[in-house]
Amino acid sequence: MVENRGWLLILTHVVLILGVGILAFPIWVAFVASTHELETLLIPPTPLLPGTEFFENYYKALTQGAKAVGAPVWQMMFNSLIMALGITFGKITISMLAAFAIVYFKFRFRMFFFWMIFITLMLPVEVRILPTYKVVSDLGMLDNYAGLTIPLIASATATFLFRQFFMTVPDELSEAARVDGAGPMRFFKDILFPMSRTNIAALFVILFIYGWNQYLWPLLITTDESMYTILIGINRMLAVGDSQAEWQIIMATTMLAMVPPVAVVVFMQKMFVQGMTETEK
Amino acid sequence: MEKRVVFNNKVLPYLLIAPQIIVTLVFFIWPASQALFQSMLIEDPFGISTQFVWFENFVDLFEDPDYLNSAKVTAVFSFSVAIAALACALYLAVQADRVIKGATTYRTLLIWPYAVAPAVAGVLFLFMFNPNLGLVVFSLRSLGYDWNHALNGPQAMSLVIVAAAWRQISYNFLFFLAGMQAIPKSLIEAAAIDGAKPARRFWTIVFPLLTPTTFFLLVMNIVYAFFDTFGIIHQVTEGGPAAATNIMVYKVFSDGFLGLDLGGSAAQSVVLMVIVISLTVVQFRYIERKVHY
Repeated sequence: MVENRGWLLILTHVVLILGVGILAFPIWVAFVASTHELETLLIPPTPLLPGTEFFENYYKALTQGAKAVGAPVWQMMFNSLIMALGITFGKITISMLAAFAIVYFKFRFRMFFFWMIFITLMLPVEVRILPTYKVVSDLGMLDNYAGLTIPLIASATATFLFRQFFMTVPDELSEAARVDGAGPMRFFKDILFPMSRTNIAALFVILFIYGWNQYLWPLLITTDESMYTILIGINRMLAVGDSQAEWQIIMATTMLAMVPPVAVVVFMQKMFVQGMTETEK
Repeated sequence: MEKRVVFNNKVLPYLLIAPQIIVTLVFFIWPASQALFQSMLIEDPFGISTQFVWFENFVDLFEDPDYLNSAKVTAVFSFSVAIAALACALYLAVQADRVIKGATTYRTLLIWPYAVAPAVAGVLFLFMFNPNLGLVVFSLRSLGYDWNHALNGPQAMSLVIVAAAWRQISYNFLFFLAGMQAIPKSLIEAAAIDGAKPARRFWTIVFPLLTPTTFFLLVMNIVYAFFDTFGIIHQVTEGGPAAATNIMVYKVFSDGFLGLDLGGSAAQSVVLMVIVISLTVVQFRYIERKVHY
């Protein structure tokens, strides 16, 4: 850059470090709170340095949970994980197959189906809460993993992404495959799928975060405590009415709810950035 | 945009596309059409008889002061979140673009809040601003400012705006930084040689060239504030106090799921659908222009 010297550069770093600090501050407060006894937290000001109860609180949260909710946090995390992975694999699988059909075959209603998939972009859960709930309850999918995942796996974005990518695959490849006598599924399995690996990885990162962070949907369809996802569990831990919320457990649970998606972003940053910029195009 | 070579098979393409289409029909199209249909029905409280009333539910809705209030709250909330998140992110991106050493480290340190669920962001801020034990509230009190978002509407609104914007900064930052790094350095250098100071270079070169990114982000931020912030509202204020933070998405949920007003809730769903459709249209029209940019 042009002016990269002296006080301006120092000022830039100061601003950036301040920005990082302000963004991270809420997490630090939550982390500190998760390492103290409840009694310490109830007397303001809440401390700014970690206490001694780290293992105690996290152990209690993971194995017992809070008094207000009858499920341990490890089970909620397990449910969240199943939901996140179910949504991720489901979306990738059905979108890839649909894109393959749309790009590599000519059939009646092809464009009609394409637009039908496109419409799902405009119908987030939020605009059709009650009727979707009714469908799911009629199908007996309340309070189980099928209900947590299947209604969310239709994906216009992923279908478009794969369609876009398949369009760029040279025609010579499918031609060669056909000349060599490979059928469409053989071509899909041996050529198209391996070529799509980076796209799949980028989508995986984005969709995992999307799935793990689902809130409204599990809120609607889970009433059984053993089926709560971790985000719903936190909500229930807070809803204690007149008795005292167990903040040290709630904050430990909050930290645990953040670890998987944040770890995915930090450790798979390259794929994350690629996924973000590609899915939003 | 057609492939020259296609496979010939009568049944296979239908089988391949079937899973996606079935899920779409059962969980998207059918419920949405139900919402459209129900928005024109009035059901008695026991669910015994229903009456087809055309657009009466919509007329009622737009005459309902609670709904108009909710629309106003949503507008204030979305624009505040979008402006706050865009401004902070742009400022940080300008700074990060300036450093050469450590730019990627800063990027890592600034983008992770995107991975935090809105519902979790809500809890983090709820704890810091808890009227009884919150750290920020304690500091504000010692400065002589009383905070209780459970009773004070504007305070509740500011709290959910801050929580929602906090998470969105990283998203905007990522796109602004990418946009800035795509601007040819020669332009900036030419301006510098002509004697333009950093601020002037920013406003006359960088900012105008970022317009497409900014516009795209504005739309995405409004979509986020409209629909994805449900978790924040539900955790932090539940639409209160006195409906001060009752955004439209939360109102659909509370009227329909908790209040069981089917017709009214369906009419609200339809209004939201119209909003999503218009936002999507805006987004796609804009992206077409970006292609020959």
